[in-house]
Amino acid sequence: MYQTTYHRASSVDEAASLFGKSSEAKFLAGGQTLLPVMKQRLASPSDVIDLGKIKELQGVELSGDTLTIKAATTYYDIMTNADVKKAIPAIAHLTSVLGDPAVRYRGTIGGSIANNDPAADFPAALLALGATVKTNKRSISADDFFKGLFTTALEDGEIITAVSFPVPAKAGYEKMRHPASRFALTGVFVAQTKSGEVRVAATGASQSGVMRVPAIEAALKANWSPSAIDGVSISANGLLADIHGTAEYRANLVKVMAQRAVAAAG
Amino acid sequence: MGVEGIGARVVRKEDKRFITGKGRYVDDIKLTGMTHAHFIRSPHAHAKVKKIDSSAALKMPGVIAVLNGQQLVDDKVGNLICGWAITSKDGSPMKMGAWPAMAPETVRFVGQAVAVVIAESKNLARDAAEAVVVDYEELPAVADIHAAIKSGAPQLHPEAPGNQVYDWVIGDEGAADAAFAKAANVVKLDVTNNRLAPNAMEPRAAIADYDAAEEHFTLYTTSQNPHVARLVLSAFYNIAPEHKLRVIAPDVGGGFGSKIFIYPEEMVALWASKKVGRPVKWTGDRTEAFLTDAHGRDHVTHAEMAFDAQNKILGLKVKTYANFGAYMSLFSSSVPTYLYATLLSGQYNIPAIHAEVIGVYTNTTPVDAYRGAGRPEASYLIERLMETAARQLKVDPAQLRRTNFITQFPHQTPVIMAYDTGDFNASLDAAMKAIDYAGFPARKAKAKADGKLRGIGVSCYIEACGIAPSKAVGSLGAGVGLWESAEVRVNPVGTIEILTGSHSHGQGHETTFCQLVAERLGIPISQVSIVHGDTDKVQFGMGTYGSRSAAVGLTAILKAMEKMESKAKKIAAHALEASEADIVIENGEFKVTGTDKAIALPMVALAAYTAHNLPDGMEPGLKESAFYDPTNFTFPAGTYICELEVDPGTGKTSFVNFVAADDFGRLINPMIVEGQVHGGLVQGIGQALLEHAIYDANGQPVTASFMDYAMPRADDVPSFNLSHTTTLCPGNPLGIKGCGEAGAIGASAAVINAITDAIGKNNLEMPATPDRVWRTIHAA
Ligand SMILES: Cc1cc2nc3c(=O)[nH]c(=O)nc-3n(C[C@H](O)[C@H](O)[C@H](O)COP(=O)(O)OP(=O)(O)OC[C@H]3O[C@@H](n4cnc5c(N)ncnc54)[C@H](O)[C@@H]3O)c2cc1C
Repeated sequence: MYQTTYHRASSVDEAASLFGKSSEAKFLAGGQTLLPVMKQRLASPSDVIDLGKIKELQGVELSGDTLTIKAATTYYDIMTNADVKKAIPAIAHLTSVLGDPAVRYRGTIGGSIANNDPAADFPAALLALGATVKTNKRSISADDFFKGLFTTALEDGEIITAVSFPVPAKAGYEKMRHPASRFALTGVFVAQTKSGEVRVAATGASQSGVMRVPAIEAALKANWSPSAIDGVSISANGLLADIHGTAEYRANLVKVMAQRAVAAAG
Repeated sequence: MGVEGIGARVVRKEDKRFITGKGRYVDDIKLTGMTHAHFIRSPHAHAKVKKIDSSAALKMPGVIAVLNGQQLVDDKVGNLICGWAITSKDGSPMKMGAWPAMAPETVRFVGQAVAVVIAESKNLARDAAEAVVVDYEELPAVADIHAAIKSGAPQLHPEAPGNQVYDWVIGDEGAADAAFAKAANVVKLDVTNNRLAPNAMEPRAAIADYDAAEEHFTLYTTSQNPHVARLVLSAFYNIAPEHKLRVIAPDVGGGFGSKIFIYPEEMVALWASKKVGRPVKWTGDRTEAFLTDAHGRDHVTHAEMAFDAQNKILGLKVKTYANFGAYMSLFSSSVPTYLYATLLSGQYNIPAIHAEVIGVYTNTTPVDAYRGAGRPEASYLIERLMETAARQLKVDPAQLRRTNFITQFPHQTPVIMAYDTGDFNASLDAAMKAIDYAGFPARKAKAKADGKLRGIGVSCYIEACGIAPSKAVGSLGAGVGLWESAEVRVNPVGTIEILTGSHSHGQGHETTFCQLVAERLGIPISQVSIVHGDTDKVQFGMGTYGSRSAAVGLTAILKAMEKMESKAKKIAAHALEASEADIVIENGEFKVTGTDKAIALPMVALAAYTAHNLPDGMEPGLKESAFYDPTNFTFPAGTYICELEVDPGTGKTSFVNFVAADDFGRLINPMIVEGQVHGGLVQGIGQALLEHAIYDANGQPVTASFMDYAMPRADDVPSFNLSHTTTLCPGNPLGIKGCGEAGAIGASAAVINAITDAIGKNNLEMPATPDRVWRTIHAA
């Protein structure tokens, strides 16, 4: 690791102002992505501003049909939260199969979506549920937030404060784990909103990051059941390929995981 | 058996310090004035080193020196050696390309060191390393066996035309041809044995401390065999004469073979310590482990087996290409020859065998012994062939094995090994019963109804352990003898120190070796301590690998114990005014048999050291040593059967059951044996399903971190159902065969045989990743 200066911010405003004063600052949440990268000397921020202890970035709120998860809430806290389990159990499930226990105790929803790894789990949930990302400056719909590999709509120094999820009628997430990292080799989140709209998002599949899957959405809109997807064919064009999965395999997984997610959603 | 004697499930003495964080590993050691080394490693698989400019780095804070390969040459530090000479079929010696500890001219794999920065801290050394400018001229590289042997392939070493290290043969080709000529059926198979990265939990590390006044070096290092390290560093690398070099291998966190070898980093640390006049520490990180720890396996093989009309094997022909990486590591040459091809008879009567092994250089990390070393490759090949044959001949795979089992011992195979004992039917029976083999078809049908493909796979492995009689290995080209040494010191108050040339890096010697003493003397193991891993404390010994510590190391302790007991009995007889022949040892006492006359061990020890009243002519003291050289290898064997399900939608494998019936001869501590089997099975399953060290076509490693290289985790493997069918090894007095490698040797074939059974397709390479299995299911 290179030399850096560590700051523990006590409020979002303080974090933002610290950011403004440093030459090349980075926000730190769970550190599960940022710290390994710094240890490998692939990042050398002048200042590291820790968001992890900011009270207003912690916790979960359920009000009416909206579930709000604050940005620095850890996966473990999300997974074990009663409101999450009650309102959107698919999110509790997603969190329980994310990484390993060490990652779940430290990693945060805000860090996950700010990083926007093409194989991360949470982006699929946000996109399928039509969530809204709240920052210290504005609200951004999930459809506008994810901009391809490791890229988001966030501006320099902008801080995610929370994510709001409309509570769906039904939702499910299934994931084929990457055998080494446990990220999603491919994961699919399916959701049916209370107004009957169907949204399906796949992660770990596309070369341009998390994506909607219109063919499956159409099939499920007509008939919400795993067998409705039997006839759908997913093209391998533009899908990721690496030593753990060919593009054809991932195309297959998009379909199979969608079917299993529908079965899990009930 | 006493409560802590042979056969008792004694809890490991050493675990207290390990699980409370009190282990003392090389990296825990801090010496006064210690400096830190960081190696500058080649990012290219093949390149000329044109120029190394250290001028900017030398001006950086805390930098003491930047040293390079040319300086090593100037100081006459020797090149790395390969300690086992193999002769090609044309009579020529193997072709060795020079391997300097840091490359002065040419780098041949990604991660090969070209220079080292010595600084006040690790971080300052890393900072400075970034300021060292190395000017490389890239050369074409070749990473896989097929590409390396093509004409026109990039050449690694001028000494080795065609990138060929050797072309070695074993067996009788004429007899094999004759067998195939009269065969009713011939079964053919092509298999790849995937390259693995060993990944011991503790990365390699070294601290070198040069004492200028005494012209003496101390090396703390992560070694499985500190005496061999001292010998090699002294005799071949010109570091220092043996009596001026102390090698200490303290607690070592796993080795699996990868810490047998003497690596460039230790050599450089020693040399640098003298140059800078201060202790030098190097601790590898995980990336360095992936890049520079000797890898394992990496074979490509074509094999054919001939059967008569009664399904009896007539002959076997094997042609194997073995990838050695860029240089010949210390024992690499022996692995695909004498540790592999000599086991190709498996558990079977095979009248004629011929095998050819071609060793190949590629621009990859050197390959050497890794848990099992050659024997997993042999076992995997034979057990895949048997399963393939059963499918082709349409007979039950267990029955085909039974038809061909060796049942008479000793049995001379056509490939050097003479099996001393075994009962292969017994372990097959035990495994089949444990898994309810007969009930499998019904379970398969039920799984099918649930949309799952269920399969069962058998693997009957045999290995040669205890490595081995010195005379025999010497005649085959080994540069060392493979005996073991021990010393028993009874202290004046009756506690006991056992000094062993074996080395424990996880095996539990500190418990099992004490159990032998407890068994013989009837004293608690708390009164015995095991000393190992320090060349200044322990007499010369050969170290731990090849499941040899109990069969060879413990037998050496037994021999020393017998000598000590014989002297102690004389002292006791003298004190008790009895005949030596009437003295028996029980519960820590020397008794006159049939009487109540007795003298306790501490009193005998005290008598030996006070020497006030010893038998006439007897030397004072109670300390004996022994060197034990076995008469043969030992032959652990067994049957593993795996039952699993494949999800046709994803190709993912889930275990239903895994049974292991092993014959390890006598067990000293069944709990430790079970732990060894569990670990071995997990490594075998890891190879079958998950692990693969991959290079791209240009020799760039693709799997140099745990984010890409899939290590087995607890939830990737099943609970194991273990049992033992014991035949005692006639080759050593304790009847021990060894258990350290069996799991890794036998498991892979059981898993792949089960998957191929489940999916109904025979051709499937390891690792059987979900993607690969899914594509195999859906292939035309
Ligand atoms: C072994 C391992 C396995 C993993 N497996 C999975 C997996 O299965 N699925 C998965 O989805 N992920 C996985 N991850 C990644 C994990 O989820 C990371 O924690 C996540 O990507 C980042 O979250 P974090 O809280 O640790 O963020 P950090 O590492 O602290 O930060 C990541 C980035 O986000 C920025 N950031 C953090 N918080 C905010 C904020 N509130 N506003 C603006 N920017 C912010 C940081 O500046 C930094 O650039 C794994 C990681 C590891 C090490």
